[in-house]
Amino acid sequence: MSTSQSASKHHVVETHGPGVTARAGLWLFLLSEILLFGGMFVLYAMYRYKFPADFHAGSQELSRFDGTLNTIVLLTSSLTVVVALFSLHEKRNLRRSAIFLAATIALGLTFLVVKSFEWSTKFEHGLYPGAKFLATQPHGFILFFGLYFTMTGLHALHVMVGMGVLSGVLNFALRGKITPERINIMENGALYWHLVDVIWIFLFPLFYLIS
Amino acid sequence: MTYPRYILVWVGLVVLTAITVTTASLNFGRVGILVVLAIAAIKSTLVLLYFMNLLFEKRLFLKILVPIAIGVLTIFIGLTYTDVLFR
Repeated sequence: MSTSQSASKHHVVETHGPGVTARAGLWLFLLSEILLFGGMFVLYAMYRYKFPADFHAGSQELSRFDGTLNTIVLLTSSLTVVVALFSLHEKRNLRRSAIFLAATIALGLTFLVVKSFEWSTKFEHGLYPGAKFLATQPHGFILFFGLYFTMTGLHALHVMVGMGVLSGVLNFALRGKITPERINIMENGALYWHLVDVIWIFLFPLFYLIS
Repeated sequence: MTYPRYILVWVGLVVLTAITVTTASLNFGRVGILVVLAIAAIKSTLVLLYFMNLLFEKRLFLKILVPIAIGVLTIFIGLTYTDVLFR
């Protein structure tokens, strides 16, 4: 009882053993992800500096409502995944943990559905790399949509991978392979999902909110 | 952490999102990009510290990893800017 009380005050973080090694490995992987997207952000920054008007025009084509909606969806999915981890790790409630994991996966799917509607609208308007209409537009406008599809596309790919990882975590948890004592896999799956959210936190204002 | 605290962090993130969307439609001009980036930085810090548990991380190595990555990225972007500016 006393351990669970102290656990609710401070998140129990292992300081030694395989759990730490697994977490350290995942953080190193997350760093490589940050630098992967970081390189693209550098490219974005330079082209936006060079073509401010075209980037503004490109941003006007995007739906601010859809972008905001997807931001809320991803932020909420970050909450549900951390609640899923907390429920099993510290409250030892497998049922609640499984429900919140499933909710996280469902929110990931919601994000992708909204994204697919956005993309199909762009396709209808001839705004995709290689489109005849886009080719007639100013250089910076073409670059904006090239970066938009590359960066949000790579991000969407990460959402899909995250959903796959969390499905595996859910499966393991239900089969008793993830327990409060052996939480690494769920912890690392949640960390990956949060990073996908952090990347979107930057993508959203850079593409949708150019004033 | 507790359930209400996690929800509080989420409320903070949603409020910051509302602020960033509002400021963007107010047209701050050149300063606008700095405002939205500052808010994005605060939001990601909240996620890193509370959701990703870096606030409670006891291993120094893991605590300093992210600041190092951000430092590297800043040098990266800074050097590229000087190249583009003085070309």
